[in-house]
Amino acid sequence: MNLLTLIVLLPLAGFLLNGLAGPRLGKGFVSVVGCGLPILAFLATVRAFMQLNGAEGAALVETAYTWAVVGDFSFDIAFYFDRLSALMTLIVTGVGSLIHIYSTGYMKDDASYARYFAYLNLFLFFMLLLVLGRSLLVCFVGWEGVGLASYLLIGFWFDDPAKAQAGKKAFITNRVGDAGFLLGMFLIYHALGTLDFDAVNAAFTGPVAPAVSASLVGLLLFIGATGKSAQIPLHVWLPDAMAGPTPVSALIHAATMVTAGVYLVARLNGLYLQAPEASQVIAVVGLATAFFAATIAVVQTDIKKVLAYSTVSQLGLMFLALGVGAYGVAVFHVYTHAFFKACLFLGAGSVIHAMSGEQDIRKMGGLARKIPVTFATFAVATAAIAGIPPLAGFFSKDEILWFAFASETGGSPLLWAIASFSALLTSFYMFRLLWLTFLTPSRMDHQTEHHVHESPFSMTSVLIVLAVLSAVGGFFHVYDFLEPVMPMPAASESLHHLKMPLIYVATAVAFAGLGLAWFVYRDGLARGDRLRQRFAGAHRLLSGKYYVDELYEAVLGRPLHWISDRVFLVLGDRALIDGSLHGLAATAQRAAGRLSRVETGNLQTYVLLVVLGLVASLAWMWRNG
Amino acid sequence: MDRTQLLLALSITLFSLGFVGVMVRRNALVMLMCMELMLNGVILSLVAFAAHSATLAGAVLVFLVFVVAAAEIAIAIPIVLLLSRQKRSLDIGAYSELKG
Repeated sequence: MNLLTLIVLLPLAGFLLNGLAGPRLGKGFVSVVGCGLPILAFLATVRAFMQLNGAEGAALVETAYTWAVVGDFSFDIAFYFDRLSALMTLIVTGVGSLIHIYSTGYMKDDASYARYFAYLNLFLFFMLLLVLGRSLLVCFVGWEGVGLASYLLIGFWFDDPAKAQAGKKAFITNRVGDAGFLLGMFLIYHALGTLDFDAVNAAFTGPVAPAVSASLVGLLLFIGATGKSAQIPLHVWLPDAMAGPTPVSALIHAATMVTAGVYLVARLNGLYLQAPEASQVIAVVGLATAFFAATIAVVQTDIKKVLAYSTVSQLGLMFLALGVGAYGVAVFHVYTHAFFKACLFLGAGSVIHAMSGEQDIRKMGGLARKIPVTFATFAVATAAIAGIPPLAGFFSKDEILWFAFASETGGSPLLWAIASFSALLTSFYMFRLLWLTFLTPSRMDHQTEHHVHESPFSMTSVLIVLAVLSAVGGFFHVYDFLEPVMPMPAASESLHHLKMPLIYVATAVAFAGLGLAWFVYRDGLARGDRLRQRFAGAHRLLSGKYYVDELYEAVLGRPLHWISDRVFLVLGDRALIDGSLHGLAATAQRAAGRLSRVETGNLQTYVLLVVLGLVASLAWMWRNG
Repeated sequence: MDRTQLLLALSITLFSLGFVGVMVRRNALVMLMCMELMLNGVILSLVAFAAHSATLAGAVLVFLVFVVAAAEIAIAIPIVLLLSRQKRSLDIGAYSELKG
């Protein structure tokens, strides 16, 4: 029984049904197909998961189709189900199903209801291809496919040019990363003759070192990961991606797709274990991203932008964990992050729903009593991401901090200190968001306030499920579960006595952020505004997002435009291509003009010319014949 | 000067007279007649060479050429006739519409 193929194909069937027949068959049909097939895929995943556990952890492998055979190597579309992909598949189908259900409420009145669910199912199909693919090739197809689905969904309301633009930005930024992914893939195939993850890992951990630098391959693949997972320097697309519908932000740009880079590095842990230089780069880039994104999030005023920068920051923490060799811990954070960030985004969606589309937290406040379910779930998820024990985020973040401090493969107190500071900022901006949105006195105008209403059950029920998972998810220690697939790094013996104190510090940091946010924002915006005036320069820098977009525009965008305009358009297209064609035509015309003068219309001239020609050819024949 | 040379000289004279006539006269009918003169010059040379080499093939070929020339003139005269109907003129200068 081809269980894995079934898991992948169910959402594809949903895409085809909804995409082709959805608009004609009505919203009922679309909802049943759109939500039903992902739920079936989730149930199939659970079944496969039980088979995996029954098989004592031996990976399930399924070849669905042989795509091409070249020499003695065949490109198979094969699926690989070990503990890591099992966990990812459970997250993707589980959280995915929940978000589909939520969407039936959130998108209820949208004109393109069927198109929305078709795209969402298409996304699930490609994401499952990505996490279940046995080889880098299948993974890459999924990798490109989720990029496509992300583009389609960010620009879902494409009649707004800004949103269509955001979709393009996401796609193009990702292409830069994809180039790195492809190059890495070529190198691996060239050196090893295979693209299967298990074979690649085995080759790099085996006794004979492969004829390719693990660090080079690792760095190239990491460039791919920076694109997909929004790490510096390719992080610029994710905040703009918030132009899409909020459930899309929850599913694609928080819970699943953006963790694909983390998954890729974790999947190839055998390779990265042999690549200490690449790992160091990953740790530094991850940490820098975590820190800078957290500082930007502090000054954002759009509820979704705060969450977007928080996602970038959390992804940075995951890469920090990967960089110090704690692959299981990174996946643990992927897992907890999927719950609380999905919950936060969906909660934000519920708030936006209640506020009739308003996203500016300066115009909110006092929502706690009006939409209590949203508030309660949002608060739980906020506490979870801030790292308040014993919620899910506390466990995963604490493990990341511990390995950043003590891992023997690259851990250092400096990494720990900066990561902890980022955690403090995270806690601060998340509670700032909570206070400004729900707890301070209302700053809404009368009209909006009148319309505020709790979301329908289809949305709140999903929020409750996710809030419960954010609360208790941390007790399932993913890294222990993944230990057979991904060994944990050794922590320095001499530092073991510091483990408990560090946990206390992490807890204190989380509460410090809470206290700080309470102190500044408990009464509204007044204290925050005073702080902003005091640090006007810093505020400008942060709300300008360190001017990275402007820098790219100046360094890449403008020269590219200039070259396109001046060189390729004027010189290449107009001068070279148009010029040569027009020149040929003009030459032919001029020559014809000259030659046509021979046609005088005078018969005698013709006769003379004919005779001259005859005489000339006769003379020539006489001389040479 | 033997007979063949005389005949060849006569043929060249006929040809040249015809050529000059084609070149200098502007009347279409006269030009046609001059062309016939050129043709006859050429045929005379053919006959002269045939007699010189004592082959019958040349004499037979001459009759073929006469037949073809008669057919050709039977077409050329009506063309000239139609032309003259068009413009009431036989001056070939009047028919230069195909000038480049």
